[in-house]
Amino acid sequence: MNLRRVVVTGLGALTPIGNTVPEFWNSLSTGVSGAAPITRFDASLFKTQFACEVKNLDVEQFIDRKEARKMDLFTQMGLIAADEAIKDAGLDLEKINLHRAGVIMGSGIGGLRSFQDEVTDFARGDGTPRFNPFFIPKMIADICAGFISIRYGFRGPNFVTVSACASATNAIIDAFNYIRLNKADIFITGGTEATITEAGVGGFNALKALSQRNDSPTTASRPFDKERDGFVLGEGAGCLILEDYEHAKARGAKIYAELVGGGMTADAYHITAPHPEGEGASNVMKHALEDAEMQPEDIDYVNVHGTSTPLGDISEVKAIQRVFGEHAYKINISSTKSMTGHLLGAAGAIEAIASILAIKNSLIPPTINHFTDDEDFDSRLNLTFNKAQKREIRAALSNTFGFGGHNASIIFKKITE
Amino acid sequence: MSEIAQKVKAIIVDKLGVEESEVTPEASFTNDLGADSLDTVELIMEFEKEFNLSIPDDQAEQIGTVGQAISYLEANVK
Repeated sequence: MNLRRVVVTGLGALTPIGNTVPEFWNSLSTGVSGAAPITRFDASLFKTQFACEVKNLDVEQFIDRKEARKMDLFTQMGLIAADEAIKDAGLDLEKINLHRAGVIMGSGIGGLRSFQDEVTDFARGDGTPRFNPFFIPKMIADICAGFISIRYGFRGPNFVTVSACASATNAIIDAFNYIRLNKADIFITGGTEATITEAGVGGFNALKALSQRNDSPTTASRPFDKERDGFVLGEGAGCLILEDYEHAKARGAKIYAELVGGGMTADAYHITAPHPEGEGASNVMKHALEDAEMQPEDIDYVNVHGTSTPLGDISEVKAIQRVFGEHAYKINISSTKSMTGHLLGAAGAIEAIASILAIKNSLIPPTINHFTDDEDFDSRLNLTFNKAQKREIRAALSNTFGFGGHNASIIFKKITE
Repeated sequence: MSEIAQKVKAIIVDKLGVEESEVTPEASFTNDLGADSLDTVELIMEFEKEFNLSIPDDQAEQIGTVGQAISYLEANVK
Protein backbone atom coordinates (compact mmCIF):
# COMPACT_ATOMS: atom_id res chain seq x y z
CA MET A 1 0.00 0.00 0.00
CA ASN A 2 1.32 3.39 -0.95
CA LEU A 3 1.31 5.78 1.95
CA ARG A 4 0.71 9.44 1.27
CA ARG A 5 3.16 12.11 2.43
CA VAL A 6 2.04 14.39 5.25
CA VAL A 7 3.18 17.98 5.76
CA VAL A 8 2.66 20.70 8.34
CA THR A 9 0.97 23.76 6.86
CA GLY A 10 -0.19 25.74 9.89
CA LEU A 11 0.74 26.31 13.52
CA GLY A 12 -0.98 27.76 16.57
CA ALA A 13 0.43 28.12 20.07
CA LEU A 14 -0.85 29.50 23.34
CA THR A 15 1.90 28.93 25.87
CA PRO A 16 3.37 30.20 29.14
CA ILE A 17 6.10 31.93 27.10
CA GLY A 18 4.04 33.41 24.28
CA ASN A 19 0.40 33.58 23.25
CA THR A 20 1.09 33.23 19.52
CA VAL A 21 3.56 31.17 17.49
CA PRO A 22 5.90 34.13 16.76
CA GLU A 23 5.95 35.14 20.44
CA PHE A 24 6.49 31.53 21.47
CA TRP A 25 9.43 31.13 19.09
CA ASN A 26 10.95 34.43 20.16
CA SER A 27 10.94 33.27 23.80
CA LEU A 28 12.25 29.81 22.87
CA SER A 29 15.15 31.21 20.93
CA THR A 30 16.10 33.72 23.62
CA GLY A 31 15.70 31.37 26.58
CA VAL A 32 12.79 32.89 28.50
CA SER A 33 11.25 31.09 31.50
CA GLY A 34 7.47 31.10 31.85
CA ALA A 35 7.44 30.28 35.55
CA ALA A 36 5.99 32.63 38.16
CA PRO A 37 3.96 32.50 41.38
CA ILE A 38 0.53 30.90 40.84
CA THR A 39 -2.27 33.42 40.23
CA ARG A 40 -5.09 31.03 39.35
CA PHE A 41 -5.77 30.23 43.02
CA ASP A 42 -4.33 30.95 46.44
CA ALA A 43 -1.45 28.48 46.64
CA SER A 44 -0.07 29.63 49.97
CA LEU A 45 -0.75 26.29 51.67
CA PHE A 46 0.72 24.23 48.83
CA LYS A 47 4.20 22.74 48.71
CA THR A 48 4.60 24.21 45.24
CA GLN A 49 3.43 27.80 44.84
CA PHE A 50 4.50 28.55 41.28
CA ALA A 51 3.72 27.29 37.80
CA CYS A 52 4.01 28.21 34.15
CA GLU A 53 0.69 29.95 33.50
CA VAL A 54 -0.49 31.46 30.24
CA LYS A 55 -0.36 35.22 30.74
CA ASN A 56 -2.54 38.16 29.64
CA LEU A 57 -5.14 35.95 28.00
CA ASP A 58 -8.30 37.76 26.94
CA VAL A 59 -10.56 34.84 26.04
CA GLU A 60 -13.41 37.06 24.88
CA GLN A 61 -11.20 38.48 22.17
CA PHE A 62 -11.51 35.04 20.54
CA ILE A 63 -14.70 33.48 21.86
CA ASP A 64 -18.08 35.08 22.47
CA ARG A 65 -18.69 35.49 26.21
CA LYS A 66 -21.84 33.38 26.14
CA GLU A 67 -20.01 30.50 24.45
CA ALA A 68 -16.85 30.88 26.54
CA ARG A 69 -18.87 30.46 29.72
CA LYS A 70 -19.77 26.92 28.66
CA MET A 71 -16.15 25.91 28.19
CA ASP A 72 -13.45 24.92 30.61
CA LEU A 73 -10.19 26.83 30.22
CA PHE A 74 -8.60 23.86 28.45
CA THR A 75 -11.22 24.06 25.70
CA GLN A 76 -10.90 27.82 25.38
CA MET A 77 -7.14 27.48 25.00
CA GLY A 78 -7.45 24.72 22.42
CA LEU A 79 -9.88 26.78 20.37
CA ILE A 80 -7.62 29.83 20.45
CA ALA A 81 -4.61 27.81 19.28
CA ALA A 82 -6.73 26.14 16.57
CA ASP A 83 -7.85 29.54 15.35
CA GLU A 84 -4.27 30.72 14.91
CA ALA A 85 -3.34 27.50 13.10
CA ILE A 86 -6.29 27.69 10.70
CA LYS A 87 -5.46 31.30 9.84
CA ASP A 88 -1.77 30.53 9.53
CA ALA A 89 -2.53 27.69 7.10
CA GLY A 90 -4.50 30.08 4.90
CA LEU A 91 -7.26 27.48 4.66
CA ASP A 92 -10.28 28.57 2.63
CA LEU A 93 -13.05 26.63 4.34
CA GLU A 94 -15.31 27.18 1.32
CA LYS A 95 -12.89 25.36 -0.95
CA ILE A 96 -11.77 22.31 1.01
CA ASN A 97 -13.79 19.13 1.41
CA LEU A 98 -14.86 19.47 5.04
CA HIS A 99 -15.92 15.80 5.14
CA ARG A 100 -12.24 14.94 4.75
CA ALA A 101 -11.10 17.39 7.41
CA GLY A 102 -10.77 16.08 10.96
CA VAL A 103 -9.82 17.12 14.46
CA ILE A 104 -7.77 15.05 16.90
CA MET A 105 -6.70 16.83 20.05
CA GLY A 106 -4.81 15.41 23.01
CA SER A 107 -5.62 16.20 26.62
CA GLY A 108 -4.18 14.30 29.54
CA ILE A 109 -6.86 15.30 31.98
CA GLY A 110 -9.62 17.52 30.57
CA GLY A 111 -11.71 20.04 32.51
CA LEU A 112 -10.18 19.64 35.93
CA ARG A 113 -11.22 23.14 37.08
CA SER A 114 -14.84 22.48 36.09
CA PHE A 115 -14.83 19.11 37.83
CA GLN A 116 -13.26 20.51 40.98
CA ASP A 117 -15.63 23.49 41.21
CA GLU A 118 -18.81 21.55 40.56
CA VAL A 119 -18.01 18.73 42.97
CA THR A 120 -16.87 21.22 45.62
CA ASP A 121 -20.20 23.05 45.29
CA PHE A 122 -22.09 19.81 45.69
CA ALA A 123 -20.05 18.77 48.71
CA ARG A 124 -20.68 22.12 50.38
CA GLY A 125 -24.44 21.86 49.87
CA ASP A 126 -27.04 19.85 51.75
CA GLY A 127 -26.84 16.86 49.44
CA THR A 128 -29.44 18.15 46.95
CA PRO A 129 -28.03 17.30 43.53
CA ARG A 130 -27.89 20.61 41.70
CA PHE A 131 -25.43 19.96 38.94
CA ASN A 132 -25.06 22.48 36.16
CA PRO A 133 -26.20 21.09 32.79
CA PHE A 134 -22.88 22.24 31.32
CA PHE A 135 -20.85 20.42 33.96
CA ILE A 136 -20.32 17.23 31.94
CA PRO A 137 -19.79 18.89 28.54
CA LYS A 138 -17.34 21.35 30.14
CA MET A 139 -15.35 18.62 31.82
CA ILE A 140 -15.06 15.80 29.29
CA ALA A 141 -11.68 15.68 27.60
CA ASP A 142 -13.02 15.26 24.06
CA ILE A 143 -15.08 18.42 24.09
CA CYS A 144 -12.37 20.68 22.69
CA ALA A 145 -12.20 18.58 19.52
CA GLY A 146 -15.98 18.84 19.35
CA PHE A 147 -15.98 22.63 19.69
CA ILE A 148 -13.27 22.97 17.04
CA SER A 149 -15.31 20.91 14.58
CA ILE A 150 -18.43 22.98 15.31
CA ARG A 151 -16.55 26.22 14.75
CA TYR A 152 -14.92 25.24 11.45
CA GLY A 153 -17.34 22.64 10.13
CA PHE A 154 -14.70 19.89 10.02
CA ARG A 155 -16.81 16.76 9.58
CA GLY A 156 -14.13 14.06 9.35
CA PRO A 157 -12.69 11.91 12.18
CA ASN A 158 -13.03 13.68 15.51
CA PHE A 159 -11.81 12.61 18.94
CA VAL A 160 -9.39 13.16 21.79
CA THR A 161 -6.38 11.05 22.68
CA VAL A 162 -5.60 10.50 26.34
CA SER A 163 -2.18 9.14 27.26
CA ALA A 164 -1.15 11.59 29.99
CA CYS A 165 1.89 13.57 28.91
CA ALA A 166 2.10 11.74 25.58
CA SER A 167 -1.48 12.69 24.61
CA ALA A 168 -0.69 15.35 22.02
CA THR A 169 1.97 13.23 20.34
CA ASN A 170 -0.51 10.38 20.11
CA ALA A 171 -3.01 12.80 18.58
CA ILE A 172 -0.49 13.94 15.97
CA ILE A 173 0.44 10.34 15.12
CA ASP A 174 -3.22 9.38 14.72
CA ALA A 175 -3.88 12.35 12.42
CA PHE A 176 -0.70 11.51 10.49
CA ASN A 177 -1.85 7.93 9.98
CA TYR A 178 -5.36 8.85 8.80
CA ILE A 179 -3.91 11.16 6.17
CA ARG A 180 -1.24 8.64 5.13
CA LEU A 181 -3.95 6.00 4.76
CA ASN A 182 -6.08 8.34 2.63
CA LYS A 183 -8.92 8.47 5.16
CA ALA A 184 -8.78 12.27 5.34
CA ASP A 185 -6.86 15.17 3.77
CA ILE A 186 -6.49 17.67 6.59
CA PHE A 187 -6.39 17.61 10.37
CA ILE A 188 -6.29 20.13 13.13
CA THR A 189 -4.31 18.26 15.74
CA GLY A 190 -2.26 18.88 18.85
CA GLY A 191 -3.17 19.18 22.48
CA THR A 192 -4.51 21.39 25.20
CA GLU A 193 -4.32 21.31 29.00
CA ALA A 194 -5.23 23.57 31.91
CA THR A 195 -4.70 21.91 35.28
CA ILE A 196 -3.23 24.69 37.41
CA THR A 197 -5.92 24.24 40.05
CA GLU A 198 -5.88 23.15 43.68
CA ALA A 199 -6.57 19.57 42.62
CA GLY A 200 -3.91 19.65 39.90
CA VAL A 201 -1.09 21.11 41.96
CA GLY A 202 -2.11 19.23 45.10
CA GLY A 203 -2.33 15.96 43.20
CA PHE A 204 1.05 16.31 41.53
CA ASN A 205 2.58 17.49 44.80
CA ALA A 206 1.33 14.33 46.47
CA LEU A 207 3.14 12.34 43.79
CA LYS A 208 6.30 14.32 44.62
CA ALA A 209 6.48 15.15 40.95
CA LEU A 210 6.71 18.95 41.13
CA SER A 211 9.66 21.20 41.84
CA GLN A 212 9.34 22.98 45.17
CA ARG A 213 11.87 25.70 44.42
CA ASN A 214 9.47 28.41 45.59
CA ASP A 215 12.23 30.95 46.15
CA SER A 216 13.24 30.90 42.50
CA PRO A 217 10.45 29.84 40.12
CA THR A 218 12.24 30.89 36.92
CA THR A 219 15.20 28.58 37.63
CA ALA A 220 13.10 25.65 38.90
CA SER A 221 12.69 23.79 35.62
CA ARG A 222 16.29 22.68 35.08
CA PRO A 223 16.44 19.42 33.12
CA PHE A 224 19.79 17.58 33.40
CA ASP A 225 21.03 19.88 36.18
CA LYS A 226 22.36 18.11 39.26
CA GLU A 227 20.00 20.08 41.52
CA ARG A 228 16.80 19.40 39.55
CA ASP A 229 13.90 18.60 41.87
CA GLY A 230 10.86 17.92 39.73
CA PHE A 231 8.84 19.41 36.92
CA VAL A 232 7.05 22.75 36.78
CA LEU A 233 3.38 22.50 35.92
CA GLY A 234 2.44 24.39 32.77
CA GLU A 235 -0.73 25.04 30.81
CA GLY A 236 -1.65 25.98 27.29
CA ALA A 237 -2.33 24.57 23.87
CA GLY A 238 -0.64 23.85 20.58
CA CYS A 239 -2.22 23.08 17.22
CA LEU A 240 -0.78 21.85 13.95
CA ILE A 241 -2.48 21.70 10.61
CA LEU A 242 -1.41 18.41 9.04
CA GLU A 243 -2.18 17.99 5.37
CA ASP A 244 -1.70 15.55 2.55
CA TYR A 245 1.36 16.80 0.64
CA GLU A 246 -0.37 16.83 -2.75
CA HIS A 247 -3.39 18.60 -1.27
CA ALA A 248 -1.13 21.25 0.24
CA LYS A 249 0.80 21.69 -3.02
CA ALA A 250 -2.40 21.97 -5.05
CA ARG A 251 -3.66 24.87 -2.97
CA GLY A 252 -0.25 26.54 -2.88
CA ALA A 253 0.09 26.24 0.89
CA LYS A 254 3.27 27.21 2.68
CA ILE A 255 4.89 24.10 4.10
CA TYR A 256 6.79 24.19 7.39
CA ALA A 257 8.13 20.64 7.43
CA GLU A 258 7.24 17.06 6.64
CA LEU A 259 6.02 14.66 9.31
CA VAL A 260 7.80 11.44 8.42
CA GLY A 261 7.38 9.00 11.27
CA GLY A 262 5.78 8.17 14.56
CA GLY A 263 6.45 5.54 17.20
CA MET A 264 4.33 4.33 20.11
CA THR A 265 5.30 1.94 22.89
CA ALA A 266 4.57 1.15 26.52
CA ASP A 267 7.03 0.64 29.36
CA ALA A 268 4.85 -2.09 30.92
CA TYR A 269 6.72 -1.36 34.12
CA HIS A 270 5.22 1.14 36.62
CA ILE A 271 2.34 3.63 36.76
CA THR A 272 4.47 6.73 37.33
CA ALA A 273 8.17 5.79 37.38
CA PRO A 274 10.01 5.47 34.07
CA HIS A 275 11.77 2.22 33.25
CA PRO A 276 15.22 2.71 34.84
CA GLU A 277 17.06 1.83 31.64
CA GLY A 278 14.60 3.74 29.46
CA GLU A 279 13.58 0.60 27.61
CA GLY A 280 10.19 1.86 26.41
CA ALA A 281 11.82 5.17 25.55
CA SER A 282 14.52 3.64 23.37
CA ASN A 283 12.01 1.34 21.68
CA VAL A 284 9.74 4.24 20.83
CA MET A 285 12.55 6.22 19.20
CA LYS A 286 13.56 3.12 17.22
CA HIS A 287 9.97 2.65 16.08
CA ALA A 288 9.72 6.26 14.97
CA LEU A 289 12.96 5.92 12.99
CA GLU A 290 11.78 2.68 11.37
CA ASP A 291 8.44 4.24 10.53
CA ALA A 292 10.26 7.16 8.89
CA GLU A 293 12.65 4.74 7.14
CA MET A 294 15.52 6.71 8.63
CA GLN A 295 18.77 5.90 10.41
CA PRO A 296 19.83 7.47 13.72
CA GLU A 297 22.49 9.35 11.72
CA ASP A 298 19.72 11.21 9.84
CA ILE A 299 18.61 13.02 13.00
CA ASP A 300 20.25 16.29 14.05
CA TYR A 301 18.05 17.36 16.96
CA VAL A 302 16.18 15.56 19.73
CA ASN A 303 13.60 17.59 21.63
CA VAL A 304 13.44 15.49 24.77
CA HIS A 305 10.59 14.81 27.12
CA GLY A 306 13.12 15.99 29.77
CA THR A 307 10.79 17.19 32.50
CA SER A 308 13.48 17.97 35.10
CA THR A 309 12.67 15.04 37.36
CA PRO A 310 15.58 13.16 38.96
CA LEU A 311 14.77 9.76 37.38
CA GLY A 312 13.05 10.65 34.11
CA ASP A 313 15.90 12.71 32.68
CA ILE A 314 18.43 9.94 33.30
CA SER A 315 16.43 7.11 31.77
CA GLU A 316 15.64 9.21 28.68
CA VAL A 317 19.29 10.11 28.08
CA LYS A 318 20.29 6.46 28.53
CA ALA A 319 17.68 5.57 25.93
CA ILE A 320 18.99 8.19 23.50
CA GLN A 321 22.53 6.87 23.88
CA ARG A 322 21.38 3.35 23.26
CA VAL A 323 19.49 4.30 20.10
CA PHE A 324 21.96 6.79 18.65
CA GLY A 325 25.28 5.23 19.73
CA GLU A 326 28.24 7.36 18.66
CA HIS A 327 25.92 9.67 16.73
CA ALA A 328 24.44 10.79 20.09
CA TYR A 329 27.53 13.00 20.46
CA LYS A 330 26.82 14.73 17.18
CA ILE A 331 23.19 15.64 17.73
CA ASN A 332 21.77 18.54 19.69
CA ILE A 333 19.54 17.56 22.58
CA SER A 334 17.38 20.10 24.38
CA SER A 335 14.46 20.30 26.76
CA THR A 336 12.20 23.23 25.98
CA LYS A 337 10.34 22.38 29.19
CA SER A 338 13.12 24.29 30.91
CA MET A 339 11.28 27.36 29.56
CA THR A 340 7.63 26.32 29.11
CA GLY A 341 7.21 24.04 32.09
CA HIS A 342 5.34 20.81 31.53
CA LEU A 343 2.07 21.19 29.62
CA LEU A 344 1.13 17.53 30.19
CA GLY A 345 -1.31 16.55 27.43
CA ALA A 346 -0.36 19.62 25.39
CA ALA A 347 3.41 19.13 25.77
CA GLY A 348 3.78 17.04 22.63
CA ALA A 349 2.04 19.73 20.59
CA ILE A 350 4.11 22.72 21.64
CA GLU A 351 7.27 20.62 21.46
CA ALA A 352 6.37 19.49 17.96
CA ILE A 353 6.01 23.17 17.10
CA ALA A 354 9.37 23.93 18.74
CA SER A 355 10.98 21.14 16.68
CA ILE A 356 9.38 22.32 13.44
CA LEU A 357 10.45 25.92 14.01
CA ALA A 358 13.94 24.75 14.95
CA ILE A 359 14.19 23.05 11.55
CA LYS A 360 12.74 26.05 9.75
CA ASN A 361 14.95 28.60 11.50
CA SER A 362 18.10 26.42 11.77
CA LEU A 363 18.27 27.13 15.47
CA ILE A 364 18.18 24.75 18.43
CA PRO A 365 16.23 26.20 21.36
CA PRO A 366 18.21 25.80 24.58
CA THR A 367 17.86 23.86 27.82
CA ILE A 368 17.96 26.86 30.13
CA ASN A 369 18.82 26.86 33.83
CA HIS A 370 21.95 24.81 33.72
CA PHE A 371 24.07 25.58 36.76
CA THR A 372 25.69 22.38 37.98
CA ASP A 373 26.83 19.39 35.94
CA ASP A 374 25.44 16.03 36.92
CA GLU A 375 27.95 13.21 36.51
CA ASP A 376 25.04 10.91 35.62
CA PHE A 377 25.06 12.48 32.16
CA ASP A 378 27.84 11.82 29.66
CA SER A 379 29.65 15.17 29.33
CA ARG A 380 30.26 14.53 25.63
CA LEU A 381 26.57 14.98 24.90
CA ASN A 382 25.46 18.38 23.64
CA LEU A 383 22.47 19.20 25.83
CA THR A 384 22.28 22.74 24.40
CA PHE A 385 22.70 24.38 27.76
CA ASN A 386 21.56 27.95 28.39
CA LYS A 387 21.87 29.42 24.88
CA ALA A 388 20.29 28.57 21.56
CA GLN A 389 22.69 27.07 19.00
CA LYS A 390 22.67 27.74 15.28
CA ARG A 391 22.66 24.60 13.22
CA GLU A 392 21.26 23.22 10.00
CA ILE A 393 18.70 20.59 11.00
CA ARG A 394 17.79 17.88 8.50
CA ALA A 395 15.37 16.18 10.86
CA ALA A 396 14.21 16.47 14.46
CA LEU A 397 12.76 13.87 16.79
CA SER A 398 10.40 14.82 19.62
CA ASN A 399 9.81 12.52 22.60
CA THR A 400 6.90 12.43 25.04
CA PHE A 401 6.31 9.95 27.85
CA GLY A 402 3.24 9.73 30.05
CA PHE A 403 2.19 8.33 33.42
CA GLY A 404 0.97 4.83 32.73
CA GLY A 405 4.15 4.14 30.80
CA HIS A 406 2.94 5.52 27.45
CA ASN A 407 5.67 6.61 25.06
CA ALA A 408 5.23 8.43 21.76
CA SER A 409 7.84 9.96 19.44
CA ILE A 410 7.55 11.79 16.15
CA ILE A 411 10.03 12.86 13.50
CA PHE A 412 9.82 16.01 11.40
CA LYS A 413 12.02 16.53 8.38
CA LYS A 414 13.03 19.56 6.38
CA ILE A 415 10.76 19.65 3.38
CA THR A 416 12.23 18.40 0.10
CA GLU A 417 10.55 17.96 -3.25
CA MET B 1 -40.51 46.28 38.52
CA SER B 2 -40.44 43.94 41.52
CA GLU B 3 -37.17 42.90 43.11
CA ILE B 4 -37.76 39.38 41.82
CA ALA B 5 -38.23 40.62 38.26
CA GLN B 6 -35.01 42.60 38.47
CA LYS B 7 -33.02 39.60 39.68
CA VAL B 8 -34.56 37.36 37.01
CA LYS B 9 -33.58 39.83 34.30
CA ALA B 10 -30.05 40.10 35.61
CA ILE B 11 -29.65 36.30 35.59
CA ILE B 12 -30.94 36.08 32.03
CA VAL B 13 -28.65 38.86 30.82
CA ASP B 14 -25.69 37.15 32.45
CA LYS B 15 -26.38 33.57 31.39
CA LEU B 16 -27.66 34.16 27.88
CA GLY B 17 -25.37 37.07 27.06
CA VAL B 18 -28.22 39.24 25.79
CA GLU B 19 -28.93 42.95 26.12
CA GLU B 20 -31.23 44.00 28.95
CA SER B 21 -33.57 45.69 26.48
CA GLU B 22 -34.25 42.32 24.84
CA VAL B 23 -35.42 40.78 28.10
CA THR B 24 -39.10 41.74 27.80
CA PRO B 25 -41.89 39.79 29.56
CA GLU B 26 -43.02 38.23 26.25
CA ALA B 27 -39.50 37.17 25.21
CA SER B 28 -39.15 33.41 24.83
CA PHE B 29 -35.86 31.93 26.05
CA THR B 30 -35.47 29.70 23.03
CA ASN B 31 -37.16 31.66 20.24
CA ASP B 32 -36.10 35.21 21.14
CA LEU B 33 -33.11 35.01 23.45
CA GLY B 34 -31.07 32.33 21.69
CA ALA B 35 -31.18 29.72 24.44
CA ASP B 36 -30.90 26.01 23.67
CA SER B 37 -32.39 23.30 25.88
CA LEU B 38 -29.30 23.16 28.11
CA ASP B 39 -29.34 26.93 28.59
CA THR B 40 -32.95 26.70 29.72
CA VAL B 41 -32.11 24.02 32.27
CA GLU B 42 -29.29 26.19 33.54
CA LEU B 43 -31.58 29.21 33.87
CA ILE B 44 -34.03 27.26 35.98
CA MET B 45 -31.15 26.10 38.17
CA GLU B 46 -29.94 29.64 38.60
CA PHE B 47 -33.44 30.75 39.64
CA GLU B 48 -33.51 27.91 42.17
CA LYS B 49 -30.16 28.96 43.55
CA GLU B 50 -30.92 32.68 43.64
CA PHE B 51 -34.35 32.33 45.24
CA ASN B 52 -33.59 29.25 47.31
CA LEU B 53 -36.44 27.09 46.12
CA SER B 54 -36.88 23.92 44.14
CA ILE B 55 -38.82 24.03 40.89
CA PRO B 56 -40.28 20.60 40.00
CA ASP B 57 -39.55 19.43 36.45
CA ASP B 58 -43.19 19.49 35.32
CA GLN B 59 -43.47 23.11 36.37
CA ALA B 60 -40.07 24.06 34.98
CA GLU B 61 -41.27 22.83 31.59
CA GLN B 62 -44.04 25.42 31.70
CA ILE B 63 -41.57 28.28 32.06
CA GLY B 64 -40.67 29.37 28.54
CA THR B 65 -40.72 33.16 28.68
CA VAL B 66 -39.32 35.87 30.90
CA GLY B 67 -42.82 36.76 32.09
CA GLN B 68 -43.65 33.14 32.96
CA ALA B 69 -40.48 32.89 35.02
CA ILE B 70 -41.25 36.09 36.90
CA SER B 71 -44.85 35.16 37.66
CA TYR B 72 -43.88 31.66 38.79
CA LEU B 73 -41.25 33.02 41.11
CA GLU B 74 -43.44 35.84 42.43
CA ALA B 75 -46.08 33.25 43.29
CA ASN B 76 -43.72 30.73 44.85
CA VAL B 77 -40.85 32.59 46.50
CA LYS B 78 -41.56 32.97 50.19
